[in-house]
Amino acid sequence: MVDYQNILTQVQVRGHVDLGVELPAGDQRDHITGFNYWAGKIGDAQLGPIYLGWSGVISLLFGLTAVSIIGFQMLASVDWNPIKFIALMPWLTVNPPGPEYGLNPFAPLNEGGWWIISGLFLTVSILLWWVRSYRRAIQLEMGTHVCWAFAAAIWLYLVCGFFRPIAMGSWSEAVPFGIFSHLEWTNNISLIYGNLFYNPFHMLSIVFLYGSALLFAMHAATILATTRYGAEREIEQIYDRGSGAERGALFWRWTMGFNASIESIHRWAWWFAILCPISGGIGIMLTGPVVDNWYDWGARNGFAFPY
Amino acid sequence: MALLGFERKYRIAGGTLVGGDLFDFWIGPFYVGFFGVTAAFFAVLGTALILLGASMGETWNPWLISIDPPDLSYGLALAPLNEGGLWQVTTMCAIGAFVSWILREVEICRKLGIGYHVPFAFGVAVFAYVTLVVFRPVFMGAWGHGFPYGIMSHLDWVYATGYTYGNFHYNPAHMVAITFFFTTTLALALHGALVLSATNPGGGRVVKTPEHENAFFRDFIGYSIGTLGIHRLGLFLALNAGLWSAICIFISGPIYEGSWVEWWDFWKNVSIWRDEGIG
Repeated sequence: MVDYQNILTQVQVRGHVDLGVELPAGDQRDHITGFNYWAGKIGDAQLGPIYLGWSGVISLLFGLTAVSIIGFQMLASVDWNPIKFIALMPWLTVNPPGPEYGLNPFAPLNEGGWWIISGLFLTVSILLWWVRSYRRAIQLEMGTHVCWAFAAAIWLYLVCGFFRPIAMGSWSEAVPFGIFSHLEWTNNISLIYGNLFYNPFHMLSIVFLYGSALLFAMHAATILATTRYGAEREIEQIYDRGSGAERGALFWRWTMGFNASIESIHRWAWWFAILCPISGGIGIMLTGPVVDNWYDWGARNGFAFPY
Repeated sequence: MALLGFERKYRIAGGTLVGGDLFDFWIGPFYVGFFGVTAAFFAVLGTALILLGASMGETWNPWLISIDPPDLSYGLALAPLNEGGLWQVTTMCAIGAFVSWILREVEICRKLGIGYHVPFAFGVAVFAYVTLVVFRPVFMGAWGHGFPYGIMSHLDWVYATGYTYGNFHYNPAHMVAITFFFTTTLALALHGALVLSATNPGGGRVVKTPEHENAFFRDFIGYSIGTLGIHRLGLFLALNAGLWSAICIFISGPIYEGSWVEWWDFWKNVSIWRDEGIG
């Protein structure tokens, strides 16, 4: 029975490399391509080609610089000892400037200046990668849904490291670069502001996070269960519904009385996924600048027992 | 309830696991089956018990209604209804309803001639729930270690349980679970967006093809997993989010009782660098 559940590709057919739909005249891709057998077990075996371009190349350079600054700062913090670098990696951190520097962008390098510089480089890198996601869609004459979803994630990133610190008047409020240190920041913002679980936008963000996992499990399982009828050819199924789409829809109609269509399930998916960082960003933006204790706020608004 | 235009030819007898053709019918859009009857029984009874518990509680505020598990002093015994017994019977009803729902999904899969991916996936979620309210309490020796059934009270339980073990962010399985949750959401955003961007190109342009989807992702990041692979990846990511959530809570208590912050001291004591003067 397991053989019929289509978990892994049984036979890999390998033709010529697909170099992709045509680009406008004068533009071209980098034709570094290859095949990987193990990638082919679950998905497409083809690697590349990739489109280089000014926004992508500059984004990678800025991103590499940011990671290098953070890495060398961590290495410097253990006296350039490579063994300690590995041994203490989870604890190493590059912190923003202390509260005494407020929003001063010129804090001394070893007192948060490197955090400002690496954060600036990382942000430029991310924004240029967003430009790339937009331009790739436009050039292929596709919709720009990917880049707006990416923008939702950038919103949460900028709230945590830029907008909220500005609203609070201090870079010290921002998230440090480090494994345990960013977890400590997450832990502390909840403790300091009276339990983030009582923040309604945090509730919504978690609902959309769990909801996204639920939706993807439901959708992916439905499609895999109906691949024997070709349901993974979703674009064709949207415009010319076949037996796969019909059986997938009826499964949910018979199970819970309601079904999406092949197109609408992707709208559910897109909205659930982007609302997770959008509502999360609103929740963090309010924590401190607007609300200083979420438990008290909950008690005032009737969903927490007053002390 | 009206049938969908194409629905009639799929509404055929057969595929049941239990009961033959006795319950092999539909009510409106819902398929019934033997397990539809048991699911309805457990769901109605469990909901009624929650309402009964609310009527015995101190508030009808829906945010604050809570059906609490028994006190730890009851251990693994049955408790009186108003001292946690309601929670115990509600838990039995929940498990009965969830398992019925899985088996009803299996019957629908058989009837439609499709794979069993959805009931399997739902089974992982049910496994995580049973881990929270049965496996972990049993291994710790008291039903009181289950979580209360209430909107704010279950959040308070998560908060308190996290700090019982130092700081849950340091729990390595919790790290893995969160990483899977975030990655699932990222992949869902990318998949939903890619399909919508191909079918809604805007500006009166012609709808695009899977070749365009592949070209977009190869141009963008150098790899496109393809229309079949993304659903395998998505299911893998989503199920691992649930599975590692179950693991991270089960190891907290039955396996390890200390602080997850201090658990990481082992890393500093790895023999390779133990003598480097770290710590």
